Amino acid sequence: MSEIDYLNASYTLRSWFLTTDHKRIAILFFASLTVFFFIGGAAATLIRIELATPQADLVSADGYNRLFTMHGVIMVWFFLIPSIPNTLGNFIVPLMIGARDLAFPRLNLASWYLFMLGGTVTLFAIFAGGIDTGWTFYTPFSTLYSNSYVLVAVSGVFIVGFSSILTGLNFIVTIHRLRAPGLTWYRLPLFIWSLYATSVILVLATPVLAITLVLLAAERFFGVGIFDPRIGGDPLLFQHLFWFYSHPAVYIMILPGMGVVNELISCFSRKEIFGYKFVAWASLAIAAVGFLVWGHHMFVSGQSLLASLVFSFMSFIVAVPSAIKVFNWTATLHKGSIRFDAPMLYALAFIGLFTIGGLTGLFLACLAYDVHATDTYFVVAHFHYIMVGGMVTAYFGGLHYWWPKITGRLYSEGWARAAAILIFFGFNLTFFPQFVLGAEGMPRRYHVYPPEFQVWNVLSSGGATILAAAYLLPLFYLGYSLFFGARASANPWNAPGLEWQTASPPPEFNFATQPMVTRGPYQYSTDFEPEPQNA
Amino acid sequence: MLKGRAFAPQFASSRHRDETAELGMWVFIATEVLLFGGLLLGYFVYRHANPLAFAEASRHTDIVIGAANTAILLTSSFLVACAVDALRANARSASVALLAGAIVLGASFLGLKGIEYADEYREHLIPGIDFVFDGALANGVQLFFVFYFVSTAIHGVHMLIGIGVLATLALLVHKSGSTRRRAALHSAALYWHFVDVVWIFLFALIYLPGRSGG
Repeated sequence: MSEIDYLNASYTLRSWFLTTDHKRIAILFFASLTVFFFIGGAAATLIRIELATPQADLVSADGYNRLFTMHGVIMVWFFLIPSIPNTLGNFIVPLMIGARDLAFPRLNLASWYLFMLGGTVTLFAIFAGGIDTGWTFYTPFSTLYSNSYVLVAVSGVFIVGFSSILTGLNFIVTIHRLRAPGLTWYRLPLFIWSLYATSVILVLATPVLAITLVLLAAERFFGVGIFDPRIGGDPLLFQHLFWFYSHPAVYIMILPGMGVVNELISCFSRKEIFGYKFVAWASLAIAAVGFLVWGHHMFVSGQSLLASLVFSFMSFIVAVPSAIKVFNWTATLHKGSIRFDAPMLYALAFIGLFTIGGLTGLFLACLAYDVHATDTYFVVAHFHYIMVGGMVTAYFGGLHYWWPKITGRLYSEGWARAAAILIFFGFNLTFFPQFVLGAEGMPRRYHVYPPEFQVWNVLSSGGATILAAAYLLPLFYLGYSLFFGARASANPWNAPGLEWQTASPPPEFNFATQPMVTRGPYQYSTDFEPEPQNA
Repeated sequence: MLKGRAFAPQFASSRHRDETAELGMWVFIATEVLLFGGLLLGYFVYRHANPLAFAEASRHTDIVIGAANTAILLTSSFLVACAVDALRANARSASVALLAGAIVLGASFLGLKGIEYADEYREHLIPGIDFVFDGALANGVQLFFVFYFVSTAIHGVHMLIGIGVLATLALLVHKSGSTRRRAALHSAALYWHFVDVVWIFLFALIYLPGRSGG
């Protein structure tokens, strides 16, 4: 042991569970999220096994309802939403902006405890008997008819919402107030811009989910009929309130992934991001317009045609800033000195998969086609291309990129590349057949289906097997690197970001002296030297 | 290097810390605005669908207690604002006394609210527990009272938290009047004023429909 860093500064349990160090809290989140990821993944595995044959052979109809609800609830609220912000973001944001911690370290710790409390409550609901409403908790089924643990599960989601709000609040204030001297907004790495946009959504959308769940719980518990048409209540109001949160939540899940991809693309093509300002403002544009598109989840729910037209139009508009990003990443690659290290493989996979997910989103924004595709596997495939193909891929890319910084160890590049390629093929084999199934009319949320759909379902289940194995691989080689990996230097990628100019792993307070910044974030092109005053 | 400083390592100065804390409170208030915003949206949707029932239901609320509570809460906000100014002028004991006054007013608000709830219980106006209302407007009236109870209950929880925060700060200011306490009191006052503003909206939406003119 040579240097004192944040990992070896202290070994007591107390120094972990009562820590206010953003780096240790990031590790706490990382460990918890990994567990939830594999719980949600186990549910997905059971779903794919059931769907390998047209008839019911593993679970009953009711059991299947509980299975896909569990998969959705766990993956959305206990993995995707906190994934990049609470792990990589928590670790990297202060380092990237030259700060010693987030603005409110104790709130950061409180966020983790709220996350664990919400997670425990939700897991209790699942293991006590489960919930059968789907992750969307649609009324009146969730309030009047469901005989499952709706109240408990809703409480868990309600609690974890506060964890999201605290993290978003912490990021907003940190990015405003704790930037290093000279680090102006246009010198910020684009990862920071995208997390800022994410945080705005976290802070403004999550409370609407909270109040919606309170109304749902009040109706279910007291039987007062807030969303019950028999006394003049309106089930559509629930859908409006729910999607006012849950559509922006999609951008909570994808924006941080886009942020990571900026860092990876520029590092592994050794170039500045093309059109920096456009990419930066595109994040905020997505966050802003993303609040105005929720009605596209309700084209067949009976909302007015005028409302549908407006929501359809806005959904096309939100594709513009997303496309700006994709084009700018492509332009960044142009004439770059591209290296195909594992993080870059993930970044390239992200661009392809996100493009497919985004373009099929435009199919669904079309009023006419959406009537045909609503509640089919086409929708399932579309959002998995964004959520899994996009977000999870970016999460793995970022995890590999910053792994040497976080742990001070190098992972095995060969294994990492193999896993990245396997994930890409496994993913496409799992979800591309679902586009075909959906276009041919197979509805989602059924555990049995007509035999003519079996070929595509078998392909999908086969792909899921590959994907599951590929997702398990990093557990082994990254775990191995923790103990036997070569020690990482401070800057193994030779990157200019501030996070690479302190030791790997960083010391407890990140920087010995306050770093200064005199230039933009992606100075790869010319002979790269660290900023002299920070060397 | 970082030990022995009066402020946490991520800040450059105590002033930096205090300004950061205030921004945190503003962002938190933004969250709260959306929380109550979702609730009010529901109220407006149903009022638009049931205008007569909402007017009728509103006439069953106790406007005397409602108005008294509005006056009480506005006065408490005034006292809190004075407490902030007093501490800025280093008048610590005056600041503590003003905070104590605001706490008493806040508690009386909740007391009056409790009396109001009890009256409504006697009049069978609590949906889900004891609700009896005859006539064609019964369903709309029930919806009104659902929103009435959910919104006043959530507002009441905010009042309880606010009273707790003010009490804690009164104790802290009693011990010392450092700049850190001033900043904390400033943020707490922002929160208290926000809870007050929410009530002003609730007052207009709960007590006033159906009471103007014909």
